[in-house]
Amino acid sequence: MADITVNTKLIPAKDVPETPLRRAMRRLFHRKSAVFGLTIVAFFIALAVFAPLLSPYDPVAQSWTLVRQPPSASHWFGTDDLGRDILVRVIYGARASLLAGVISVGIALSIGVPLGLAAGYLGGFLDSLIGRMTDAMLACPFLILAIALAAFLGPSLGNAMIAIGVTTTPIFVRLTRGQVLAVKMEDYVEAARAVGNPRWRIVFVHILPNIMPALLVQATLSIAAAIIAEAALSFLGLGQQPPEPSWGSMLNSAQRFLVNAPWMAVWPGLAIFLTVLSFNLVGDGLRDALDPREVGRS
Amino acid sequence: MLNLLGKRLLQLIPTLFFVSVIIFSLQQLLPGDPALIMAGEERDPAVIEQIRQQYHLDRPFPVQYLYWVQGVLSGNLGESMRIHVPVLDLILQKLPVTIQLGSMAIVIALVIGISAGIISAIKKNTIWDYAANAFALWGISTPNFWLGIMLIFLFSVKLGWLPASGYVPLTEDWRASLASTIMPAFVLGNAIAAILMRHTRSAMLQVLESDYVRTARAKGLYERTVILKHAMRNALTPVITLGALEFGTLLSGAVLTEQIFTIPGFGKLIIDAVFNRDYAVVQGVVLVTATVYIVLNLLADIAYVLVNPRLRT
Repeated sequence: MADITVNTKLIPAKDVPETPLRRAMRRLFHRKSAVFGLTIVAFFIALAVFAPLLSPYDPVAQSWTLVRQPPSASHWFGTDDLGRDILVRVIYGARASLLAGVISVGIALSIGVPLGLAAGYLGGFLDSLIGRMTDAMLACPFLILAIALAAFLGPSLGNAMIAIGVTTTPIFVRLTRGQVLAVKMEDYVEAARAVGNPRWRIVFVHILPNIMPALLVQATLSIAAAIIAEAALSFLGLGQQPPEPSWGSMLNSAQRFLVNAPWMAVWPGLAIFLTVLSFNLVGDGLRDALDPREVGRS
Repeated sequence: MLNLLGKRLLQLIPTLFFVSVIIFSLQQLLPGDPALIMAGEERDPAVIEQIRQQYHLDRPFPVQYLYWVQGVLSGNLGESMRIHVPVLDLILQKLPVTIQLGSMAIVIALVIGISAGIISAIKKNTIWDYAANAFALWGISTPNFWLGIMLIFLFSVKLGWLPASGYVPLTEDWRASLASTIMPAFVLGNAIAAILMRHTRSAMLQVLESDYVRTARAKGLYERTVILKHAMRNALTPVITLGALEFGTLLSGAVLTEQIFTIPGFGKLIIDAVFNRDYAVVQGVVLVTATVYIVLNLLADIAYVLVNPRLRT
């Protein structure tokens, strides 16, 4: 009987094929703009989570002796028209904005992805029906439809999130459908079908994971759009209601005191700009990192 | 071409049908009795009953919808609950203001966006390219209501150059009209300029790598002629048609911009209607907006096919 020798030599790490996820992460972290975006996003998430620990003042407590104080050592960003500390309100405002961004996009994903999967995979009448409904929703300008929905639902942060989520949904329906159409004729989907997998399994186990990168990129960019939309609705008085802090409603009251207290308008606006910019940078970075055409270049 | 036009027109019918269903269904979202909510502070049972009769609220939802559609098709978008003026008249009254603002915004967006996009493409990977990309990112990420407030602070409060709010019709005094709309138009055009810059850059980069541009260069033409006469003309066609699709961004932006600068246009109409609980006006504005958007989309599609001979067959 011949001796069997086992080759125990380790394969060098550089020869181990890189998983797509690892490759995408490596490429994402190689982009300075994406890393900057991720850092700012992490910073604002930390602000939102640890707001009570970071805030020396109550965000809603009013003080008539501190009305419209310019930035100082005790109030770094100054105070507003009701004597509230602006820095603390900006910190707490991060909660409303990030929550609105994530929850709205969560709503859009949970409605849009199943509809897009059904339209793309099943086709036929259902596809036409979902397609026309999507076209109809996309025909209504995003913010105008969100305002109309928020107006009919009633002004509150929760309703603003629902309004933004519903108006963002058609983007995900269309994206998911397009991705499914591109993927469903691939060999591995044909193979899964040939071995007798049920439809739901093909869709959720074989198709959905392969369209996730595109959905992830769109979700990140949509969070940026949703944060602006929430700020816009709160600015108009249809989102977060006073006295609870929100960057949009802070800008609304700042507008009335532009001559005497311009600092009231600077900080909440800057916070919206930085948050939206960072989500856009992360989204752009993710798109490049997950783009198969970039594989050969890195 | 006619086939394409016919096909696209046929596709409009179900889209418009669903748009009308969505807009009409908004009414169903009102918590409680719609007639009571529409009546606002008016608690007179006779008034509430009159609203119920007027909007057929005592009939089933599909019947209410049919009455509404019948009215819409005959040009009746309902009547404002507050000022008792037909919604269509209100819209037609406010529309010219928004058209003036929107036209100025588009001119600003085209000038800034297209120039920045061309410079960015021909100076790829230089400081100009990075600056143009930074501008695009800034434009996309800046909330226009914040930009508006900051511009008011700078140009009205600090420098005193421009009025902070209000509107003067073009027919009344064109100088004052331009002064009152230039800041809001810039705010409105800023985000669209950023989007156009990105479209122009990518279209120009694609065209600059094409064979006919290489041929033009090989013929010994000046670089300026190659860019302006050969590359730009072809690159801008898709950009302008894509630009037409930014109409939605323009109208959404107009809502906020008109609110900040107190301009009595289409955008302010919807916000005032929301706060006055004038739901017929809200529905009317959304319906008109969506219809105009759909028609513009169709025109953009046709223009794209007309200027692109490869798509005509």
